Amino acid sequence: MESFFIRYRNLLVLLVILLAQIIGLAVQVRHTGAGRNTLDPGDGPGVRLIRLWADAVVTPPEQAIHSTKLGAEYVWQNYIDLRHTQSENQELKRTIDRLRLEQAELLEDALQGQRLQALASFQQKYIYKTVAAQAVGSSGSDQSRVFYLDKGSAEGLQRDMAVITADGIVGKVRDVFPHSAQVLAINDQTSGAGVILATTRLRGILRGNAIGQPQIVGILADQRIQPGEKVLTAGGDLIFPRGLPVGVVDKVVSDPNRDGFIDVIVKPAAHLDQLDEVLVITSTEPRFSDEQQQDLATSEAVKGAEAAAIAEQKKASAIMAERLPGLIDPNLPPEQQPLLETTNPNPVVRPPQPLHPDRFTPGGAVQPKTDETPSAEPETKPAPPAAPKRNPQP
Amino acid sequence: MNTFSGNLRRDLEVRRYPILVYAMTPLTALVLQAWLPRFLGGFAWFDLPLVVVVYFALVQRIPIQGTLMGAGMGLFEDALTSHAIGVNGIAKTVVGFLASSLGTRIDVENPAIRLGLTFLLSLLSSATYVFVYRGLLGINQQWTWFVELFKAVGSTLIAAALFPALDRLQIRE
Repeated sequence: MESFFIRYRNLLVLLVILLAQIIGLAVQVRHTGAGRNTLDPGDGPGVRLIRLWADAVVTPPEQAIHSTKLGAEYVWQNYIDLRHTQSENQELKRTIDRLRLEQAELLEDALQGQRLQALASFQQKYIYKTVAAQAVGSSGSDQSRVFYLDKGSAEGLQRDMAVITADGIVGKVRDVFPHSAQVLAINDQTSGAGVILATTRLRGILRGNAIGQPQIVGILADQRIQPGEKVLTAGGDLIFPRGLPVGVVDKVVSDPNRDGFIDVIVKPAAHLDQLDEVLVITSTEPRFSDEQQQDLATSEAVKGAEAAAIAEQKKASAIMAERLPGLIDPNLPPEQQPLLETTNPNPVVRPPQPLHPDRFTPGGAVQPKTDETPSAEPETKPAPPAAPKRNPQP
Repeated sequence: MNTFSGNLRRDLEVRRYPILVYAMTPLTALVLQAWLPRFLGGFAWFDLPLVVVVYFALVQRIPIQGTLMGAGMGLFEDALTSHAIGVNGIAKTVVGFLASSLGTRIDVENPAIRLGLTFLLSLLSSATYVFVYRGLLGINQQWTWFVELFKAVGSTLIAAALFPALDRLQIRE
C-alpha cells in the first residue's frame, strides 16, 4: 500500500489539488431561480481573504511603478514642456467663462426641474462628493474587466460606489481593501448598468461582451435606433446618478439567443482601456453641493452684468412699444383690431391757400379774395387764375 | 506511465537557480500581467504567469513542483479578477503538471520544442478555462477563440525572449 502512494504520488498530488479547487469553486457558485448558475456576487470570508492577500502582494509594486511614471510625467510637464502653457491658460480661462455662462443658463432649468420633481414626489440625486483616485493595475485577464484604484476604505470608498471620469461612467466599486479598491468596468460581462437612449428613450441594461465592448441587451428590435445616438445612465440601478454620459450607439446587432431582440453595441465615452485618473462618487444628495452652489453663484455674478444690459435693452424696447401706436390692441376683439380698419384715421390735411398768390405760387396766380380774413375757408371752388391787370404806360 | 511515477530515475540534468530567481520571477510576471494591460488596452495578448510556469516546470522536471507552482500562480491570477477563485488555478495546475512530466521525456534544450510546447500548453490552458467555466460551473461565459489564439502566439513570442534570459541565470556547477 505504501508503494502505491509512493509510486503514484505525482498523480495523487495532482488529483488532490484539482479536487480541492473544484470544491472551492462549488462553494462560490449558486443556482438562480431562472435555472442558471451564477457566481456569488458577495465573496465569502475565505475568498475575500485570498483576494486581500493577492492585492497586498500586487498593489504595492504597481503603485510604486505608477508613482514613478507620474513623477516622470510631472517633471516633464512642469519643468520641460512649458512652451504652450500661457496660451493654454488663456484658452482655459475663456472656456471657463463660457461654461459659467452656460451653467447659469442651465441653472434655471435645473431649479425648475427640482420644483417639478418635488411636485411628483421624486427626488433627483446630484453628485455631492467625489474622491479622485488613480487606476494602478488591472486583473491581467481579458475575461475579467476589472482594475484597481490606489484609494480604499481608509479614504471613504465603499462597495457599489459609482466610478466616473469627466467623459462618462467607468464602472462600480466591486471590492474594497484598506488602501485599494477593485472596480468592475462597464464592459465586463458580469457588470450591469441601467441606461437609456437619449433620443428614442428606450431603456436597457448595459454590460460587456466577450471582446470587451459595452452593449445594451434586452431591447426589442426597433428601427429608430441609429448609430451616433447618445446613451445616458437611467438612474434606476441605484449606483449611477441619472443623466451621466455613457457613450454613443456604435451599431445594432441581432441577439443571438433571442429572436426579435437586439444588442446595441455602445462606443463608451470614457477611455476604458487607458484609464488614469477617475472619480469615485462617495455621496449623492437631492441638492447641489456647497462647491457647486458656489460655482453657480459665481456664474450668476459673471452673467449678471450681461443680463442687466440685456434687461435694460428690453425695458427700453417696452417703453418705446407703449408710446408708439400699435396695430394690435389687446383690449379689442379680433374683428375690431385697428389693423383691419379700412378708413384712414389720419386724413391728409390740405395746405391753406395763399392770401396773395403770385407768379411763384405753384399752379399759377389766383384772384385775390374779397374776404381777406386769413382763417376763412373758401366756400366755392376757386376760379381759374386770370392774367394780372397791367397799368397803361403814360 | 513512467511519467506519473514518483520513483522515476531522472538521468537528465535538473537545473538549479538562485532563490531570488525563484521568488522574483513569478512575482514579476504576476505584477506585469496586472500592470501592462493598462497601457496595451485590448491588445494585451499574452499570459506571463503561464510562460513562467511552463519554463520552470520544463527545466525542473519535478511534476509535484510544477503542479504546485501552476496551482499557486493560477489561484493568484484568479484572486485579482472578479471571477471565481480556482478556474485559472485548475487550468495552470494541469499545465504545470503536463509540462514537468513532458520535461522528463523530451529534449527541453531545443528552443523550437520549448516554444512549441508553450504554444500548445497556452491553448490547453484556455480550453481548460472554458471547460471549467461552462462544463463544471455551468456559467454562460462568452468566448472568442481568436483572442485565445493570439494570446498563445503572444505568450510564445515572449517565451522566445524570456527562456534564453532565464537560462543564463541558472547555477552552473
